[in-house]
Amino acid sequence: MDISKFTSRKFLLVAGLVLAILVFLATFPIYGSNSAVGVWIIIMMYVILTVSWVMFSGSTGYMSLAVAAFFGIGAYTAAFLYPRTPGPLLPLPAVIIAGGLVSFIFALLVGLVTLRLKGMYFAIFTFGLSVLLYHIMVFYELQIQGFRGQRLTPITNQTAFYIVLVILVLTVLAAYLIRRSRLGLAMQSIGESEDAAAHMGVNTTMVKVITFAISAFFMGAAGAALAPKWGYIDPTVAFNMFYSFMPVLMAVFGGMRELYGPVVGAVIFAYTERALRLRFPYQYMLAFGIVLILIIIFLPGGLTGLVPKLQDKLRGVIARLRKGGQSEQHVNT
Amino acid sequence: MSSETVVRVIVSGILNGGVYALAAMGLSIQYGVARVLNLSHGEFIMVAAWLTWTFFTRLEINPLISVAITAPFFLGIGFLIHRTLFTTLKNKAPSPAAFEGNSLLVAFGLLYIVQNIALLIWGGLPRTYVWLSGGVNILGVQFSLNSVIALAVALALGVAFYVFVSRSRPGKAIRAAAEDPATAGLMGININRVLPLCFGLGALLAGIAGVLLSMCYPVSTSMGLNYTVIALIVVALGGLGSIPGSFIGGFILGIVGSIVAQLESTLVMVSFYAILMILLVARPKGLLGKS
Amino acid sequence: MSILEGQGVTKYFGGLAAVSNVDFHIGQGEILGLIGPNGAGKTTLFNLISAAFPISSGEMRFKGHKLNGLKPHKICRLGIARTFQETKVFANMSALQNVLVGAFFGTPTHISGTDAAGEATQVLEFVGLPAMSMTPVKDLTLVNQKRTEVARALATKPELLLLDELMAGLTPTEVSESMELVTRIRDRGITILMVEHVMKAIMGICGRVMVLHNGEKIAEGTPQEIAANKKVIEIYLGVETHAGN
Repeated sequence: MDISKFTSRKFLLVAGLVLAILVFLATFPIYGSNSAVGVWIIIMMYVILTVSWVMFSGSTGYMSLAVAAFFGIGAYTAAFLYPRTPGPLLPLPAVIIAGGLVSFIFALLVGLVTLRLKGMYFAIFTFGLSVLLYHIMVFYELQIQGFRGQRLTPITNQTAFYIVLVILVLTVLAAYLIRRSRLGLAMQSIGESEDAAAHMGVNTTMVKVITFAISAFFMGAAGAALAPKWGYIDPTVAFNMFYSFMPVLMAVFGGMRELYGPVVGAVIFAYTERALRLRFPYQYMLAFGIVLILIIIFLPGGLTGLVPKLQDKLRGVIARLRKGGQSEQHVNT
Repeated sequence: MSSETVVRVIVSGILNGGVYALAAMGLSIQYGVARVLNLSHGEFIMVAAWLTWTFFTRLEINPLISVAITAPFFLGIGFLIHRTLFTTLKNKAPSPAAFEGNSLLVAFGLLYIVQNIALLIWGGLPRTYVWLSGGVNILGVQFSLNSVIALAVALALGVAFYVFVSRSRPGKAIRAAAEDPATAGLMGININRVLPLCFGLGALLAGIAGVLLSMCYPVSTSMGLNYTVIALIVVALGGLGSIPGSFIGGFILGIVGSIVAQLESTLVMVSFYAILMILLVARPKGLLGKS
Repeated sequence: MSILEGQGVTKYFGGLAAVSNVDFHIGQGEILGLIGPNGAGKTTLFNLISAAFPISSGEMRFKGHKLNGLKPHKICRLGIARTFQETKVFANMSALQNVLVGAFFGTPTHISGTDAAGEATQVLEFVGLPAMSMTPVKDLTLVNQKRTEVARALATKPELLLLDELMAGLTPTEVSESMELVTRIRDRGITILMVEHVMKAIMGICGRVMVLHNGEKIAEGTPQEIAANKKVIEIYLGVETHAGN
């Protein structure tokens, strides 16, 4: 009885918290300064990237190092559909969706080729993917287009903020629904024992490919949203390996068991990154690398991995307090 | 295409191929034996290149002597890194698969650590130095002496390492440890020393590759990533963990890259990737690889 | 009527034949035992049937369907399920979730969430695990982990169940309970092929026994015939000491 009360109170707490955060975010551009809005756009972007990364790599155990690739594809899709001259070819929402779709399709192809193989080949392939796309874009811009970089029709920070917020809500929603769905169950089983899962009827290749593609959709959408906010992209900016590194750091730090782990990790590191990158550009990246290694070695479950342990301790304390109260009652009677 | 171009393409193909082979063999031995896919491999190459530049421009030590300094230095660093980071990881890992996944991420972190230490020391601008740039005539074509020497050293060391691993007793111990660490341990091979040693050997090869590269090309802190990816592609092509495969694969990619560079220099990486993709679809086990 | 038959089944690993030219057939509704010393090829044969790896040469047919070239999930949906020697449960998931995977994905027909949960609960009861359905399986005892594996396999609605050393590591009481479970499974109409080292189980419940040695089939017959077979006794020196272990 006690446990169910705890659970439903917990549920209300969580729902209330989520609602409060959403209200805060939705109204932020009204009272926040333009630069603060800009910071929060980036924070939300990292949350999107991290949650999408965990969607696939968190449960299956296949380490995708291709976040930067899909983000960059989304950015370049936006650049081609929303250029500064001759002007937008499609309305902005369509451009965002297109960015997601192109990444989705790309991920399907990559997944079909590499997810039939051992996890290491997948890691190798995805790691090099952003480097490959970088070189392809350099070739295109240098030899075919004739000049470096893409100029986009710019959008205000406010517009970008709301677009990214919508993508964020959708990403988290998708991650939540997938977790509780058949697909999520199948992915978990693959992460636990891919052999056994296959023998129980799970079409492991298809499950992996589809989830991989879904996660890529949101990464691409994020890229398509950020590109017009920046107004200018080039291969170095769009396919920066850092966008593959940060989600990994954030997810590992925050912990991947629960949905909120990546969110917490993303907010912490995104904020730190924004705060430090201008004054200590090399030092903070150095520190992040060290943090990643320390967490993997000493706290592999991340912050949220600590939560069950803390919960146990808390329950122990409550139980002892209750027992103390009961024994007092006995004494009084 | 003139015969001069052909000679130039082949020679630079072999030179690059030699460097690729060294880098790939280093990565291969790290994965094959220590089961660490070292994503920071290229950063070690980059640091070695910078060290050589510093030795030459600040201390007037010539690159060939740098090889003698960097080799043991990187061997030691690699040994230490494995002994501290990866051995701890190994002992704590719940399964070999978990270890491989975790060590991959640790290597990713190492990438940013090494790269940013280099940025703090040497900054973001590319640099070169000039050493033995005098001309040498091979088959009627002019080459700079430094690239010829680099080629010779790469070939010599590459072949030497290949022979060492395939024929010598320590080499056999290494291969045994790669095949079956548990049994190798039972047969008297000290796994706690062999694994870090092999990781160090891999770093050593990266170091030498870096020294040789600095002789022929500009050095920059961003060069590491490309070489990591090239080494990864070569290793995947030759079969994960196969040293002979990495050796041959390196030269194949070197020549292919040289040919492609003749036609369109920005597409060199793309061509490597295309080869990888085709091979992964057609022959998932690589050219010579073990499964 | 044979539900599963194989002709000339061979599997090479490098130059070594782990299974060599084995012919076999299993009749519908029987419990066929597969025995042989370690390394005889028993688990390899299982792995060939369930398509964990491809056959080198030979043919296998399940209810007339050729099995060659099919992937494991297809084989499962055809109606062949299995357990594993090393107990490949989904360790961090609950027993219920383990079984749900089988219920959702193991059959070609679509099933609703409620129906799947109902079936899963039923099959967990059938194997004797209702109370522990929520605990992560890694925290269960060995025999309960094995029961989870069996329940998971049963949830895929198989017609043929492959049991790989179900009794290994169990106490004598647990062995008897498992033997009774296997018989109850057969009584439900499921054909069973079981690899075992525990002779008590083989002798007790198998209708027929097949003996492998060095990848070749060297004997086949009723348990009594096998027990009396000179060749089998020779290669199995000390089998009496293992019986009932």
